[in-house]
Amino acid sequence: MQRIIKGRQVVNDNWHLLPKETAFEDVPNSDSVIVPANLWLEHGHALTLRDGGLGVWLDSDEEPESIADALEHFQVIAINFPAFTDGRGFSYARLLRERFGYKGELRAIGDVLQDQLFFMQRCGFDAYAIRADRDPETALAGLDDFTVTYQAAADQPQPLFRRRLA
Amino acid sequence: MYVYDEYDQRIVEERVKQFRDQTRRYLAGELSGEEFRPLRLQNGLYIQRYAPMLRVAVPYGLLNTKQVRKLAQIARDYDKGYAHVSTRQNFQFNWPDLEDVPDILAELATVQMHAIQTSGNCIRNTTTDQFAGVAADEIIDPRPWCEIIRQWSTFHPEFAHLPRKFKIAVNGAKRDRAAIEVHDIGLEAVRNEAGELGFRVLVGGGQGRTPYVGAFINEFLPWQHLLTYLEAILRVYNRYGRRDNKFKARIKILVKALGEQVFAEKVEAEWAYLKDGPNTLIEAEIERVSKFFVDPAYETLQDQSDALARLDAEHPGFARWRSRNTFAHKKPGYVAVTLSLKPTGTAPGDITDKQLDAAADLADRYSFGELRTSHTQNIILADVRQDQLFTLWGELREQGFATPNVGLLTDMICCPGGDFCSLANAKSIPVAESIQRRFDDLDYLFDIGEIDLNISGCMNACGHHHVGHIGILGVDKKGEEFYQVSLGGYAGRDASLAKILGPSFAQDDMPDVIEKIIAVYVEQRTEDERFIDTYRRVGIEPFKERVYAKNH
Ligand code: HEM
Ligand code: SF4
Repeated sequence: MQRIIKGRQVVNDNWHLLPKETAFEDVPNSDSVIVPANLWLEHGHALTLRDGGLGVWLDSDEEPESIADALEHFQVIAINFPAFTDGRGFSYARLLRERFGYKGELRAIGDVLQDQLFFMQRCGFDAYAIRADRDPETALAGLDDFTVTYQAAADQPQPLFRRRLA
Repeated sequence: MYVYDEYDQRIVEERVKQFRDQTRRYLAGELSGEEFRPLRLQNGLYIQRYAPMLRVAVPYGLLNTKQVRKLAQIARDYDKGYAHVSTRQNFQFNWPDLEDVPDILAELATVQMHAIQTSGNCIRNTTTDQFAGVAADEIIDPRPWCEIIRQWSTFHPEFAHLPRKFKIAVNGAKRDRAAIEVHDIGLEAVRNEAGELGFRVLVGGGQGRTPYVGAFINEFLPWQHLLTYLEAILRVYNRYGRRDNKFKARIKILVKALGEQVFAEKVEAEWAYLKDGPNTLIEAEIERVSKFFVDPAYETLQDQSDALARLDAEHPGFARWRSRNTFAHKKPGYVAVTLSLKPTGTAPGDITDKQLDAAADLADRYSFGELRTSHTQNIILADVRQDQLFTLWGELREQGFATPNVGLLTDMICCPGGDFCSLANAKSIPVAESIQRRFDDLDYLFDIGEIDLNISGCMNACGHHHVGHIGILGVDKKGEEFYQVSLGGYAGRDASLAKILGPSFAQDDMPDVIEKIIAVYVEQRTEDERFIDTYRRVGIEPFKERVYAKNH
């Protein structure tokens, strides 16, 4: 079982992340699974009839628009960061939260390290599967790098220039 | 100039703490070199040929004297006693120790300075006209808008890891002194028929290995929508810019690939969602920020044209300097003065700790305690009284700031090149120097008149060679350093990119080559024609013929 950061603490996680090439027949019925987006797009209806929990994950070149009309089916949406420096997932997270109104767990997966966490949190992530070779307890500190932010984002609907007036 | 409040100050202090910890983790082996790289780059720290290079942000080129004295102290305490003004108005230190960088940042934070986002694939320092606020041809003062963009872009969470670096420039005047057309985003202040303020928005300009002049995608963006529109552009770029090949990752490549029209439509579609949202700017914020850029306490003075003309007649050196290194001011009786950092024999843009202290003293005594840096790598005192100009000139000469060459051939833009930079194909500073030595005769230099000569040590184009009237590019030919020459670049309004003259030259030949090019100009020019005008009229052929004559 892996340990992830969720709700600002390290917790045990029992979701199974299914790789991209997973065939529909191989999806277990009762486990909680996070399926690749292409599997959802092909077998969405059947996946909702399973007993176990359902999540979906987007790779960094898979557009959040593709799942935007099905958000109520997902307890978890995971966004993959194939590299620390691939920032597409930041935009996807904001779109899911701010434009499409997704309220469930939004999890960062892949090359996820302490020094992105502050930005990810601002974009709407609330769960982080820290890369396996790093200690999530240590990484937690990254959530608190700054106490002031200039921009409006998923975590703060008002930019500082409006808050300054208050 | 802008003064931090508790929020701004807290952000830079928290950054120091964050970077101190990142450096600690790197030195302790908890972060690999590869992992530390994007973190240090976003803090302006390059690992260079001999030492790290630290780039310190000078937001839109504005400095007070406390900050300049701090830069002097850092140059003394942590470097080899000098610093360097960059082509994006920033300061660079070439020899700090990596271990010292957190302490340097802590020093900078005490004077409201930082190195945030001065490198790396993020939104960089917003640049503007070095004569902002004092130029007579100004439509609006661009500095409040630059500051608003600075705050919006600082640690913007969504755009922390863009496909590539991103540079924004703002022009508030009729003439474009900020080279906005070769920036990722160029903003130009305009008024509509009702007299309301807005911005013309250009995207996709850039230098580097595939240079482009950008395209205007919006002719009038009302000021309220500036940030939401920028956010829309950046979001489109963040999502669709190429990440598979760093040489094709700039926004200019995306704009070219999609076509301006389609790119503009994508931005409009994204903007439709963001428009009128909370990032919409409000009058109160513009007022708050603009208050920091009101005029200093100018006195009511008369222009001193007659007195200065008399001084010119008595002191030809003064006349010469005044004709090149001063710039007309919007207020009668005042003038803006450029301190040339291009004397022959020093690397263009270099300035010693003593000179920094001296420049700060001069600014306190002559120019309301403020200085500016320019993208042509000089320093400006923007608010000098004309009746003090002559005494100031005397003091500038003592400090080595009075080389009368602003805008002339020897006022070159030049990158650090092979002497410092690990990416270089060739050295650039020695080429600059050999050309400066060849054109040491001031009469000839003045006769040649205005010309931009820009030198880069490789195709990354840090020295702006694409937009030099004469551009020089270091190339590698079977392991030897050669130089390719191009002509006809122009960074101002209606910018153009230079065309390659022909096969490259050895370093020793460069002064001769430049001399021949200049000779063609001098022969062909009509009265009042600048080099670029003659070039545009006669084309590249006459230059080509002369330069390559002996090879035929
Ligand atoms: C010495 C270490 C330096 C390194 C390793 C370096 C690296 C680079 C690289 C790789 C590029 C090309 C980026 C691209 O096209 O996407 C670039 C562009 C640039 N650099 Fe540097 N640079 C250095 C120093 C400087 C200095 C000292 C200046 C200012 C004098 C400078 C100003 C610029 C500018 C203005 C550009 C072009 C911007 C554009 O493409 O629009 N760089 N640099
Ligand atoms: S142009 Fe090339 S050589 Fe010059 S500083 Fe930039 S990367 Fe280095």
